[in-house]
Amino acid sequence: MDHAVQQAAPARTPNPLPRPPEELARMEAAWRMPRGIALITEYNNNLIGPLFVGTALLFFLLAGILALIMRAQLAFPGMQLVDPATYNQIFTTHGTVMMFLFAVPAVEAVAITLMPAMLGTRELPFPRLGAYAWMIYTIGGLFFYGSIFFGAAPDGGWFMYPPLTSKAYSPGINTDMYLLGIGFIEISAIAGAIELIVGILRCRAPGMTLGRMPLYAWGMLVFGAMVIFAFPAIIIASTLLELERAFGWPFFLPERGGDPLLWQHLFWFFGHPEVYVIFLPAAAMMSMIVPAMAGTRLVAHGLVVMALVGTGFLSFGLWVHHMYATGIPPLSLSFFAAAGFAVSIPSGIQVFAWIATFGAGRVRWEVPTLFSLGFLFIFVLGGLTGVMVSVTPFDWQAHDTYFIVAHLHYVLIGGMVFPLLAALYYWAPAVGSALSDRLGRWAFWLLFAGTNLTFFPMHISGFMGMPRRIYTYPSGLGLELWNLLSSIGAAVFAAGAAVLLLDIVLHFRPGNRPGQKRNYWGAGTAEWLNNYNYGPRSIPRIEDRYPLWRDPDLARQVDEGGHYLPMAATGRREALVTSPAEAKPQYVAVLPYPGWGNVVAAIGTCGFFFALTGTLLIEAALCFLLGLGGFIWWLWTGSDHGPLEPRTVDIGDGIRVPTHATGAVTHSWWAMVTTMLVSGTAFACLLGSWLFLWLVNGDAMWPPPGQGIPAGGFGLLALGLYAAGGLLGWTAARLLGRWPAWTVRVALLLAAALLAVGAASDGWALWSAGIRPEEHAYGAASFAIFAWQATHVAISLLMLGYTIARSLAGKLDGERRVTMDNTQLFVLYTAGQGCVGLALLHGFPRLLA
Amino acid sequence: MIRALLPALMLPAVMLLGACSGVQTPLDPHGGQAARIAGLSWLLFIGGTVIFGVVMALLAWALFAPARLRAAMRSRGFVVGGGIVFPVVTLAALLAHSLGVSRALVTPREDRPLRIEVIGRQYWWEVRYPDFGEHAVTANEIRLPVGREVELLLSSGDVIHSLWIPNLHGKMDMIPGRVNRQRFTADRTGVLRGQCTEFCGLQHSLMAFWTVVQEPAEFDAWLARQQAPVPPPADARAAHGMRVFGEAGCGACHAVRGTEWRGRLGPDLSRVGSRLSLAAGALENHRGTLAGWIAGAQDIKPGNSMPAYGRALDGDDLLALATWLESLR
Repeated sequence: MDHAVQQAAPARTPNPLPRPPEELARMEAAWRMPRGIALITEYNNNLIGPLFVGTALLFFLLAGILALIMRAQLAFPGMQLVDPATYNQIFTTHGTVMMFLFAVPAVEAVAITLMPAMLGTRELPFPRLGAYAWMIYTIGGLFFYGSIFFGAAPDGGWFMYPPLTSKAYSPGINTDMYLLGIGFIEISAIAGAIELIVGILRCRAPGMTLGRMPLYAWGMLVFGAMVIFAFPAIIIASTLLELERAFGWPFFLPERGGDPLLWQHLFWFFGHPEVYVIFLPAAAMMSMIVPAMAGTRLVAHGLVVMALVGTGFLSFGLWVHHMYATGIPPLSLSFFAAAGFAVSIPSGIQVFAWIATFGAGRVRWEVPTLFSLGFLFIFVLGGLTGVMVSVTPFDWQAHDTYFIVAHLHYVLIGGMVFPLLAALYYWAPAVGSALSDRLGRWAFWLLFAGTNLTFFPMHISGFMGMPRRIYTYPSGLGLELWNLLSSIGAAVFAAGAAVLLLDIVLHFRPGNRPGQKRNYWGAGTAEWLNNYNYGPRSIPRIEDRYPLWRDPDLARQVDEGGHYLPMAATGRREALVTSPAEAKPQYVAVLPYPGWGNVVAAIGTCGFFFALTGTLLIEAALCFLLGLGGFIWWLWTGSDHGPLEPRTVDIGDGIRVPTHATGAVTHSWWAMVTTMLVSGTAFACLLGSWLFLWLVNGDAMWPPPGQGIPAGGFGLLALGLYAAGGLLGWTAARLLGRWPAWTVRVALLLAAALLAVGAASDGWALWSAGIRPEEHAYGAASFAIFAWQATHVAISLLMLGYTIARSLAGKLDGERRVTMDNTQLFVLYTAGQGCVGLALLHGFPRLLA
Repeated sequence: MIRALLPALMLPAVMLLGACSGVQTPLDPHGGQAARIAGLSWLLFIGGTVIFGVVMALLAWALFAPARLRAAMRSRGFVVGGGIVFPVVTLAALLAHSLGVSRALVTPREDRPLRIEVIGRQYWWEVRYPDFGEHAVTANEIRLPVGREVELLLSSGDVIHSLWIPNLHGKMDMIPGRVNRQRFTADRTGVLRGQCTEFCGLQHSLMAFWTVVQEPAEFDAWLARQQAPVPPPADARAAHGMRVFGEAGCGACHAVRGTEWRGRLGPDLSRVGSRLSLAAGALENHRGTLAGWIAGAQDIKPGNSMPAYGRALDGDDLLALATWLESLR
C-alpha cells in the first residue's frame, strides 16, 4: 500500500502519556447517559444517530410496501386489487415518504451518526437541535404515514400541482396532510443542515484543514448549503397553497390573477436540487468507501471536491427540466437543457475518479464493494437516461411516462439506496457490530437483480405509451409483458429487502464491543478511531487526508489520551471549536446537559401541526404554547451558561484556549447567520412570487382595479420605524457591559415597540389602499410578504422579551452575552427584511407608474 | 335485462377493446415531428448504450486487469479525459444537434394551419374546430386530414391536463388560464391513441382519446356532418329514446345539434354514435356499452361527472335511449 512510504517518523504526542487516571472518570461522568425514562432526553449522536438511521430505514420499508401494492395492481391489465382513490393515495404517499421521510432524513441521519467521529470531534455543536429534529421527524412521519389507513393520505402526486390540489378540486383533508404534515418535517431537514454546516466548518479536529477534510464532510457541507437554499422554496410553496386553501388567497387560481405555474416554479426550484441533495451525500459516501475497499487514496481528490461544489451550484439551474411541456418558449428551454448537460460533467468526474481509484488499488470483494459496484452500474445507466431527458424534444415524449419512472428510480436507487447500503455494511462496525457477509451478499444480489428487473422494462413500457400515475392500463397496447416483468422484479427486490432486514435484526448491535477489531476494513480516516460516549478519548491531531494510513500509531496515541483535550476541562460535556479553513483551535465549547426542553418542544411542534391539519384551532393554540414553552425552557437552561472555571485550558501542544467565547467567533453566531440565510431565501421566494405574478398579470392588472398602490406615508413611517428598531437593537448590544443594565433593557424595550408599531404601519399601508388578499393575487402576494415580515417581528419581540428576562434574572452581562448577540442579529435581519419588502411593495409599482 | 348485464359489462370496463400495439408510441411516427423526435431518440438510445458499455468496460478493466496494465488509470489525466473532456465534446455536439431538432419542431410551415381547440376536463376532452364555427364540435376524438398542418390550441376547463399523441408529437400541457399551442402534420392516415399525461385526479387513468387521421375528402365530409343538425329519429324506438333523453334531463349537460339541448358540461353528443369510444376511451362504443354507461357510469368510472341512471330509468327506456344515441352517426 502506497501510504506506507509516506509514513512520518513517530512524533511527540500533543499531550504527555500516560494520562492521570482520574481524568477519564471525570469525562465519563460528564457524558454518562441519563437512565430510565430520561434516556429520551439524551442527545448523544451515538444514540440519536443509529435511531435516526433506523427510523429512515423503517420509512423505506413502509414506502416500499406501498410500491409492492402498486406493482401487484399493475402486474396485469385491468386488475382491481385497489380502487382508484386508494391507488392515487398509495402512489402519492410512496413518493412523498420516499423523498421526504426516507431519502433526505437517511443521508442526514448517517451524517449525524458518523460526522463527529469523522471530524475527530466529540459531538456536533447543537446536539439538542439534532435530537429535536429526529423527534419531530419520527412523530410527524408516523402520523403522516398513518393517514393512509384512514383514506386521508394526500392523493395529488408528490408534487401536488394546483389547481388539482386547490380547495375546489381537493376539498378533503388529504392535501392539508401533505402541506402541513410534510411541510413541518422540512424544519427537521433544515435544523439538521444548520447543525451539519456549523459542525463541519467549526468542529474539525486541529490540523484538519479544508484540504485534508474527508470527502464525506465536503459532500455534507454542500448538502447543507443546498438544503439552506432549496428547502425554503417548498416551505413557501406549501404555505402559499395552504393560505389559498384555508383563506382563499388566490396565488394559483387564474380567475383571480394567480397562476398554477407559480407552484411549479417554486416546487421545482426545491425539487430539482432535492435530487442532488440526496445524491451528493451518497456520492460522498462512495468517495470514502471506494478508497478503503481499493486500499488506496482517492484519485483526483481535488477534482472530486470541485465536482461536489459544482453540482451544488448547477443543480439550482435545472428546475425547468420538469416543465418542458408547460409551453415555456423553446429558447428559454435550451438554456436549461444546456444546464442539464453541464451537471452531468461533475457526475462524470466522480465516476471516473472511482474507477481510477479501483484501478489504482487492489479491490477487496467485500459486501460494501458489491454495493459500490452495483451503484456504479445502476447510477451510470440512470445518469445517461438523465442526459436523454435533458434533451428537450426527447423529453416531450418521455415526460410523465414510465420512462421517467424508470429514470428516477435508477438515479435514486442507484444514486442513493445502493450507496446507503454500502455505507450500512461499511460503517456498521464503526458504530456497533458488523453485519453478516453471507446475508449481505444475498441481499446485494437480490436487490441488484430486483432493481434492474423492475425498472429496466419501464423504459420500454414508457416508450410503448404508458403514462405514469395510472392505476390500470388497457391490454393490446403492448404493455403486458413489461409490466409483468416489473412486478416480478419488485418481488425480487422485496426479497432482498427482507434479507437485509433480517441481517440488521440478527446481527447489528450498536455500541462498542470489548475486543472488537476497531478499524474493521483497515481504512484511513478518523471515524475508525476508538469511539465512546464522549467520542474519541482525545481529539486527534490531523496531518493527512488519511491520518490512520499516515500514522498507524495514531489510533493508540489517541485512545490513550495523548492528543488534544483528553479531559473534561470544565467537568461538563465539551467540544473543541476550530477555525473554519485551517482548523486552528479557538475555544472549548461547553455543551448543554440533556434536558426535557427539546422533548417538550418537539411534542408541542408536532401537536401544533397535527391540530392545524384537522383545523382544531384551540388544540393548535395549546400545542403552540406548549412548544413555545419547551423552546424557552430549552434555551433558558441549555444555552448561554456564561464563563466557567477554568477560564482557559491547555488542550495540548502548549495551545491554551478559552472555555468561553462571545461574538462572531462563536458557533452560535454562525448558526444564527445560517438561519438568517434560510429566512432570507424564503423571503426571496416570496418577492420572486410577487414579481412572477406581476409578469403574468401585466402592468394593467398590477394593482388590479379597486386596489391601489400601498399608502406611501405609512410605508415611509414603517421604513423609519424598522430602521430605528434595528438600530436600537444594535445599540443595546453595544451598551451591554458598558452602561448600566437598565439602559440596555430600555433600549431593548424601545426596539420592540418600534418594530411592533412599524409592522402595524406596514400592514395598514396595504389595507388602507384597499388591498385585500382574497380578491386578487396582487393582494395575496403583497399580504404574503407582509405576513412573513410580521411573523419575523413577532419572533423578534419574543427574543427581545427573552433577552430582557435574561437581564432581569441576572443572566446577561458583558461576558455572558450570547443571547444578546443572537437577538441583535435577528433584530437587524428583521429590520433589513422589512425595508426590502417595503421597497418592493411601495417602490416597484411607483416605478412602473 | 341491461341491469343484469351490467356486472359483466363493468368487469372489462377498463379494457380498451380494439386497442392494438403501435397506436400509442413515439417509435411509430405518423408525421414529421414525431419522426424527428424518434430519430433523436434512437440516436440517444444507441449513443447511451455505447457509452454505458465503454464505462462498464473501463470499470471491469480497473477491477480485473493485471496491475501493470491498469496503472495508467491512477492518473489525474484519466479522470480529466473521461470525466471532463469526453462529456464536454459529446454533450456540445448533442446540444447543437438537439437545438436544431427543437428549432425544426417549432418552425411553422403554413400561415393558416387547421386550428383545433382541445379543452381538457375531468376526465374527458372537448374538441372544437374554431375555423368552422361553433357547431364544429366533438369530444374524446380528434379528427384531422392527412398532409395538412394542424395547430392545437390547448386549454383546460378545470385542472392541469396534458395532451399526448405520441405517434404525432410530444406532450403539451393544458393549463388553466393559458392557451398552449402545438403544431404538427400527419403524413399518413391511421387511428392513433392519445392519453392524458398530467395527473388530473381520480380517473386520470381513464382519460384517453382517439385521433383519426383521414384523407382530406373524408375529413371534410365528417366535419360537415358534425356541423349539421341531427336527423329526426328514424323509427318509433329511436323517437322513444329521444323523448327519454329530454325527460331524464340529459340536455342540461349534453348538446345535440338541431335540438334545444345545448349543455356544455358534458361531451357534445350530436354524432356520438360515430365515435370510436365512450367515456374518453374507457369503453368501446355500441348500443350495449351506451346503455351500460348511462346506467352505471359511476361503477365503470367512479368519480366522473356523469351520474348513474341505472335506478332512474327502466330497462326499456334505457335501451331506447341507447338506440337513439347509437343512431346519431
